[in-house]
Amino acid sequence: MQTGTLQRNTPGAPHTTTRSFWRSEALQRILAFAALVVLLIFFSLASPNFLQARNIEGIFLSTAVNGILAVGVTFVIITGGIDLSIGTVMTFSAVITAKLVTEAGMPIPIGIIGGVLTGGLAGLINGTVISRMRVPPFVATLGMLYIAKGLSLILSELAPIYFERGSGFTDLATGVIISIPGVIDIPNAVLIMFGMALIGSFVLFRTVLGRYTFALGSNEEAARISGVNTARWKIIVYTLTGLFSGMAGVMIAARLNSAQPSLGQGYELDAIAAVVIGGTSLSGGEGSIVGTVIGAFVISVLTNGLRILSVPQEWQMVLTGAIIIVAVFLDMIRRR
Amino acid sequence: MELLVEMQGINKAFAGVPACEGCQFQLRPGEVHALVGENGAGKSTLMKVLAGVYRMDAGQILLRGREVEINSPHAAQMLGITMIHQELNLMPHLTVAQNIFIGREPRRSVPFLLDEPTINQQAEEILAQLHLNLSPKQRVGGLTVARQQMVEIAKALSYNSQVMIMDEPTAALTEAEIEELFNMIHRLREKGIGIVYISHRMEEIKRISDRVTVMRDGHYIETLITPETTIDRVISLMVGRTIYESAPELPETPSTEVVLDVKNLNRGRELRDVNFQLKRGEILGFAGLMGAGRTEVARAIVGADRCDSIELTIKGKPVTIRHPRDAVRHGIGYLSEDRKRYGLVVGMDVANNISMAALHRFVSPIGVVDDGKIRQTAKQQVDALSVKTPSVRQRVRNLSGGNQQKVVIAKWLTADTDILIFDEPTRGIDVGAKSEIYKLLNELARRGKSIIMISSELPEILRMSHRIIVMCEGRITGELTSEEATQEKIMQFATQRSELIGIDSEVQPA
Repeated sequence: MQTGTLQRNTPGAPHTTTRSFWRSEALQRILAFAALVVLLIFFSLASPNFLQARNIEGIFLSTAVNGILAVGVTFVIITGGIDLSIGTVMTFSAVITAKLVTEAGMPIPIGIIGGVLTGGLAGLINGTVISRMRVPPFVATLGMLYIAKGLSLILSELAPIYFERGSGFTDLATGVIISIPGVIDIPNAVLIMFGMALIGSFVLFRTVLGRYTFALGSNEEAARISGVNTARWKIIVYTLTGLFSGMAGVMIAARLNSAQPSLGQGYELDAIAAVVIGGTSLSGGEGSIVGTVIGAFVISVLTNGLRILSVPQEWQMVLTGAIIIVAVFLDMIRRR
Repeated sequence: MELLVEMQGINKAFAGVPACEGCQFQLRPGEVHALVGENGAGKSTLMKVLAGVYRMDAGQILLRGREVEINSPHAAQMLGITMIHQELNLMPHLTVAQNIFIGREPRRSVPFLLDEPTINQQAEEILAQLHLNLSPKQRVGGLTVARQQMVEIAKALSYNSQVMIMDEPTAALTEAEIEELFNMIHRLREKGIGIVYISHRMEEIKRISDRVTVMRDGHYIETLITPETTIDRVISLMVGRTIYESAPELPETPSTEVVLDVKNLNRGRELRDVNFQLKRGEILGFAGLMGAGRTEVARAIVGADRCDSIELTIKGKPVTIRHPRDAVRHGIGYLSEDRKRYGLVVGMDVANNISMAALHRFVSPIGVVDDGKIRQTAKQQVDALSVKTPSVRQRVRNLSGGNQQKVVIAKWLTADTDILIFDEPTRGIDVGAKSEIYKLLNELARRGKSIIMISSELPEILRMSHRIIVMCEGRITGELTSEEATQEKIMQFATQRSELIGIDSEVQPA
């Protein structure tokens, strides 16, 4: 009897071309993109302030940090795992960067590298705990969430650490290299986010690491039997996600020109929401970086637009929640 | 001729229970060697040892005359031994080419960069070798099971496999797909690849294999040359064990009143035109091999799965059952083969498990559960069925398999069901407790309950049933009374596929 059941569950029912279009990942990406366009049109019509250059810059700036976090966590989610610690690991990395630059007097590049590596170390620990100690990802990274949060508070002695004014550190995020004079200034943060997304996309689709990321989420046992060192690759994937969180930490520190130790918790949920809206399956095996970036924009456009329309913050949350559920619901229909 | 594989004195036990004892097996290059036996005969275990899935406890494996150690599936693959499992080991989200080369992708000059064009090109070459009309860029998840199987074969070939073990490869294939597989097997054999063909389907074995090795109860029985033997001979070797220890104990013949009438039950390719009747006080045995569709029939009747069509009449009244709770309301209880997953809440105590299906009877009008009454009823049932438990407060997890089964039975009796469907009632239960379960079933039938008993153990079917229905591939292929039934007759019905694949079972292999 068992065998019959297994056979039935093996994917591979023949289906027509139209059906395969409806089931395709491309559709979910189009859906997310369409949602973004609809939101943009709606808010531009609803408020004259929405399309103002200052506002667009604000949207860019607020997407940057969440976007980097989301690109990073996309990897872990494609393996069928989850990382709840990215938000507080981001904060911890920001604190380390601030400590290195302000107290230890290190040059800014060293501070940046220190912050990114801190994230990577947290990811390495996550991956090791999950892969070698076989703690479920949800629990392992929940633990890391608290550990990183606690360490941030301890190191910073509960107070924000400010960078010196004029140190130029904040230019990393709020400075402008590309600008159309008189029309719009594109903040560096969003350029860095796009750069990170390009790197992420390259790793995901062109490298061995990316291939095994999909393989782990699609059928881990099959990969293992084929001689893939699944335990090791899983650790590498979590480490990579950690490195992205570290980079997000550097960016948020630059944007605020300070490390805010109490910030961070809740960011992981925004990032995971962006990934999910972007069509990456929480059950693993499929996903894309483009989708995640679109997802991150959907969330920040929504938040920004609702604020401009003076929708109270509590209602913004309600709407964001509803949109996440609808996005995943559409994804489930597509999969059926 | 040089031997490709020689296995000698293979022992393998699971938790002290031997699955293979002193087994042997030989495979020549270019040979299709069928491996047959009843469920649990040890054939899959033996082949999983060869494929590195299990490590043997004792024995010797020679590959082309040299002793080899195989301690992982990957090691086996590197030696050129591949097992194509029933549950295919592919990654549905990746393409055909990506699946074939997983774990050893061609790289560019920078070692972590994938060389996708080369991956696709090499896959294309392998697919062409096999005359497979498949695009390397196609996602595996979108292929039929048969095509996925072909991808597995292509993958095996890309490892230069000399030995391919196919575990029930035709179980999920259509007739046309089976033809395609057989053509493929001929091509592989021409390349000198040795194929182990595990199957229950006698006609296929007769047609495709050169030799047949029969296993029974974890032992090697005999190796026959296929063209020189008959299906009857193979079947008699498969079932050739001494009939059950004690004489059959049948309760008196049931009445003629039909309590359950199932007509026109269909679901896709799994269940085709199933019709039967169950009488009051009858034990109706459902025999057949794994995957024959017996559990599916039971699940369709109790509304656990949807089906294309079904007409149910219970005690003369037509009824519609859409959900298991409808079945309970109409007095049908289903006792799953997987007690721990579907039959019991093992973390809860005996009393709560017994009252589970009839909880409404123990709830006061204001919604409070009457624990005292639950315990009292549970105690009565525990005494009546002689469940061995220190108290009804004992967690079910801590009971033995036999006593857990009794608790499930008690649950359905408490819910006032009078049609009981037992799926493998004695699976995982030791011999002593088995006969107690048998006595209990007889007693229930005597009290007028009607019982459907699905079992893969022929002696159990023969000993317990008033009437036996045999299924194969989703159809009822035979019905036998307890007087006329023998293991051989049941096996014949259970492997009867000649009319389905439309070939004469005595045709020589090509």
